[in-house]
Amino acid sequence: MAGLLKKKKKRESEIPTASMADIAFLLLIFFLVTTTINVDTGIGMVLPPPLDEQDPPPVRERNMLKILVNEVGQLLLEDNPSAVNLVRDEVKKHVTNNGVDPNYAESPTKAIISIKTSSQTPYSAYIDVLDETWMAYFEIWDSEARRLGFQNYAHYVNEVVETQDRPNEVRERFPAAISIAEPDPQN
Amino acid sequence: MSTHFKKKSKPKQDIPTASLPDIIFMLLIFFMVTTVLRENEVRVRTQLPAAEALTKIDQKRLVSYVWIGPEKLPGLQLGNTRVQIDDALIEDLSGVRSIMYRKLTEQPKLIVSLKVDETSEMGIVQEVEQELRQAGTLRINYSTTRLVQ
Repeated sequence: MAGLLKKKKKRESEIPTASMADIAFLLLIFFLVTTTINVDTGIGMVLPPPLDEQDPPPVRERNMLKILVNEVGQLLLEDNPSAVNLVRDEVKKHVTNNGVDPNYAESPTKAIISIKTSSQTPYSAYIDVLDETWMAYFEIWDSEARRLGFQNYAHYVNEVVETQDRPNEVRERFPAAISIAEPDPQN
Repeated sequence: MSTHFKKKSKPKQDIPTASLPDIIFMLLIFFMVTTVLRENEVRVRTQLPAAEALTKIDQKRLVSYVWIGPEKLPGLQLGNTRVQIDDALIEDLSGVRSIMYRKLTEQPKLIVSLKVDETSEMGIVQEVEQELRQAGTLRINYSTTRLVQ
């Protein structure tokens, strides 16, 4: 027993602290790396300037693709009941028509997509339609960029517009004219 | 002279490292304390809709936020749809115009990010948009999350 007690007294009670700095550094670096400063994403739009007395310029009926979204999120595409997943193809057909079909736009630069909502339309339904419309334009731009020999539209913008500082021809050829219709005057 | 040389060869060359962890921890704690996660408390619920056609806003200093959604009430209850700009709920929507006009004079390239709850109705969104048009802040962004398929 006496020998056992002696052994206990001799034991070192210090914790090695040499690696403490490394542990702290590791923690610091872990948090530095994993912290993401969240970037805001969303659908960008430009509102029309406030209306003056003068009326907006007249638009030919065939150049305008009218999309109506009602109170429960149902769609009316050029007066025909439709669904959200059909919007994209319809917009592409309308914009890239080049005057072939008399029901669709004369040229891509004249094509206008008009989205009209009522005041009770759910916001999510509106965003769904707007998203599909923008996706249609994104796909048109992508295929136009591929036609010019680029991998996709993002590549085109990166190489031609940002590096060489040339005008964005794809966007000029297919300007995304998405119009948010004026709300009806409140009764 | 010989004693002088002997002294020179003896000095301790170690830097004391015992306090290094404390210094690092102090740095860590300093950054943890000074990091502000959210500048202003959002008093309306904004559950954003998801979308595919996203654009990123890289320049955060151009952005001003407008929150639209049901007001958060105590006890996880939700109230009526309200509009919040900065840290105040807007009582009268016609006040949006002057607030945004003031912001636009400070930052001419202002982008207004609309953080709208997906259950909101378009009526209030349109009213805010009309106010933004009157104020001249025409660049807007419907804030959405990325659609995961």
